[in-house]
Amino acid sequence: MLAYLIRRLFYALPILIGVNIITFALFFVVNTPDDMARMHLGAKRVTAEAIEKWKGERGYDKPLFWRSDATGADKLTDTIFFGKSVKMFALDFGRADDGRDIAREIRARMGPSLAVAVPVFVLGLFSAISFALLLVYFRATYLDFAGVVLCVAMMSISSLFYIIGGQWLVSKIWHLAPISGYAEGLSAARFVILPVLISLIAGIGSSARWYRTIFLEEYTRDYVRTARAKGLPERLVLFRHVLRNALIPILTGAVVLIPTLFMGSLLIEAFFGIPGLGSYTIDAINAQDFAVVRAMVFIGSALYIVGLLLTDISYTLVDPRIRLQ
Amino acid sequence: MLQIKFVLLWSDLLFFVLIAAVVVGGVWAGRVEHLRLAWRQVGQSRVGMATATVLIAFVLVALLDSLHYRERLPGDQENYAVEVRSALDATLTGLRTRAEKTYSAPLATHLFAKESLDTDLGRSFPRLKHGGAHLGDDLAAHDSDIAAKAVKGLGLGLLGTLVFGLVSLPLRRAAPHLAWNAQLLTVLVLCLLAGAVAVLAGDYHVLGTDKVGQDVLYLTLKSVRTAILIGTLTTLIMLPAAVFLGLLAGYAGGWIDDVIQYLYTTLNSIPGVLLIAASVLMMQVVIDTHPEWFATTAERADARFLALCAILGITSWTGLCRLLRGEVLKLRELEYVQAARALGVSSARILWRHVLPNVMHIVMIAIVMDFSGLVLAEAVLSYVGIGVDPNTISFGTMINTARMELARDPMVWWSLVAAFAFMFVLVLAANLFADVMRDAFDPRVVKL
Repeated sequence: MLAYLIRRLFYALPILIGVNIITFALFFVVNTPDDMARMHLGAKRVTAEAIEKWKGERGYDKPLFWRSDATGADKLTDTIFFGKSVKMFALDFGRADDGRDIAREIRARMGPSLAVAVPVFVLGLFSAISFALLLVYFRATYLDFAGVVLCVAMMSISSLFYIIGGQWLVSKIWHLAPISGYAEGLSAARFVILPVLISLIAGIGSSARWYRTIFLEEYTRDYVRTARAKGLPERLVLFRHVLRNALIPILTGAVVLIPTLFMGSLLIEAFFGIPGLGSYTIDAINAQDFAVVRAMVFIGSALYIVGLLLTDISYTLVDPRIRLQ
Repeated sequence: MLQIKFVLLWSDLLFFVLIAAVVVGGVWAGRVEHLRLAWRQVGQSRVGMATATVLIAFVLVALLDSLHYRERLPGDQENYAVEVRSALDATLTGLRTRAEKTYSAPLATHLFAKESLDTDLGRSFPRLKHGGAHLGDDLAAHDSDIAAKAVKGLGLGLLGTLVFGLVSLPLRRAAPHLAWNAQLLTVLVLCLLAGAVAVLAGDYHVLGTDKVGQDVLYLTLKSVRTAILIGTLTTLIMLPAAVFLGLLAGYAGGWIDDVIQYLYTTLNSIPGVLLIAASVLMMQVVIDTHPEWFATTAERADARFLALCAILGITSWTGLCRLLRGEVLKLRELEYVQAARALGVSSARILWRHVLPNVMHIVMIAIVMDFSGLVLAEAVLSYVGIGVDPNTISFGTMINTARMELARDPMVWWSLVAAFAFMFVLVLAANLFADVMRDAFDPRVVKL
């Protein structure tokens, strides 16, 4: 198991390096730092000094890969590629345009993101599985049909509609929850309820329908026929056999999402003013703060790769047929 | 005589290519036995026929909006207006030009906000310049006028359905087993709606007006093109690469397979929204620093739009590529491929003749399944600020501009509701149609 884990980590490394190179190419090769400076400084006629100053403040006034005028290791390390890309592996993301340390900002904003993302993940999984079970129990009846129609209709509605409509109805008309904002500690619950609820409603359509097909696929298996043939009531077939086996693909499929929960949700956090990583990203996009976006791309990819690793491990834990070598 | 110069934007060209490809693909599918059977299953499904009709109606609007031209300016020299218009703009000239001052509710005769008028001392709601202007001072006739016009429009719609039914009679005869009744019913609903709206739109703003007084109905109809194009062109742009790499990885194996797998795993591990955000930010810099590339603002917006499609495509081709690779891995070992190889058929020919036709159903299902997600994504991305150009009319930009108005009291709800309603109908039709397609084409679907 340990050997497998170590090998998998070594597989993950080239992918992370690939991500790093892609982001580097995107941010520094597609556009030269001069272009970015000109864009950022806005005006059409920017002086060369202003550009140099902008680049100097951000450490963009270095060669991309190779510094011929330096000595020793500085030839490689005093470059944009080393300073901006390689250092990310050491979780050193540099400073944002407002001068704050990005790494510290990220640590501070993880909490609020998780406060919304974790309840959404857990409750979402639970409610979608329950709803799918209900549909499957009444499969091939009008109830099932109506449920599927409801799912398709719900997934055809824009998530913006759920957010705007939910805010309007719950906060503005019923005055049940604050329209946006956030507080530390336990009082956060007051602010978190509405975003969680809206995320649940917005997501249940597609996931419940997807789980329903997984359950139905499981129903075609031989062991289900055997279970029925030996006279088990339908309820037991569903809960003891189908549910347990179908949970394997559902749960292992959800595991990959767990690390990315740290990233929060862009839309929800932006609409509800939650100071998490999602709204941090949105603000960075709107302010065209390239350093922050670059850092978020790197962290997002690293977390996703961790998620893939966890998925592999969870397969061995829940399914004894799979052995890792 | 109004002289015009046709303008072919890149997105128009690609859209026309796409429609031609769909027609050619349809003819090809009609010749292949198992595909013909699958299409017949789609045609026999009532949901399939009804949703296809709705989708075709949307595509027609988009097509009309893709025929672009520039008007010739009066004068001796051959000068053309900078504005690029489309055939849809020409059809809706009335809606486009009859702008009010600011917000007005659907079918209203007065502006939404009170203003101090010159004539009296108090503040009151000013009359609209165009909405209900034909009524004059006879405001009591407002409701009855609307009712009369609606009835007239419904009658026209009924007539249109009858004409359509008669014209399509030969088609019904030719393929009597298809679900034509569901199709005709959908046409009836669409015609009734279109008739009533068209007649009312002559004298009112059926869906109200927005902040700068533009007709919301006009804006929603213009948004249809953006939505349809983003849903289709994105897949079209990524399709060649995804199919080529997927087939190659599955068939060639070895180090080629490793490289392609590495490529899509790497791209796939960057969270989609973030990759899109980063790419769009960079694309904006490119477009902003090279203003000399674009002759008109329409071309600029179009370039940005296509770049967005390409970026969305790059982030979404990995799924299709992986599916194709897996399928080809299976096909490669089947007897007929082995036989072709034993007979000395070249690899390229095996892929083209024997493998590609047998994975086409995966490609088709992927195209229709992706469509609705992309339409929804456009709205979200435009809200986040990494979507289409702010000057491009789309559901996303409409929602974005209308969103702030919810805080007003009383609320300005009509732009939002109109955008969401149109989007809902389009996405629902696409989702339902995709389901019917998948049931018909995917051999793995569980049948109850």
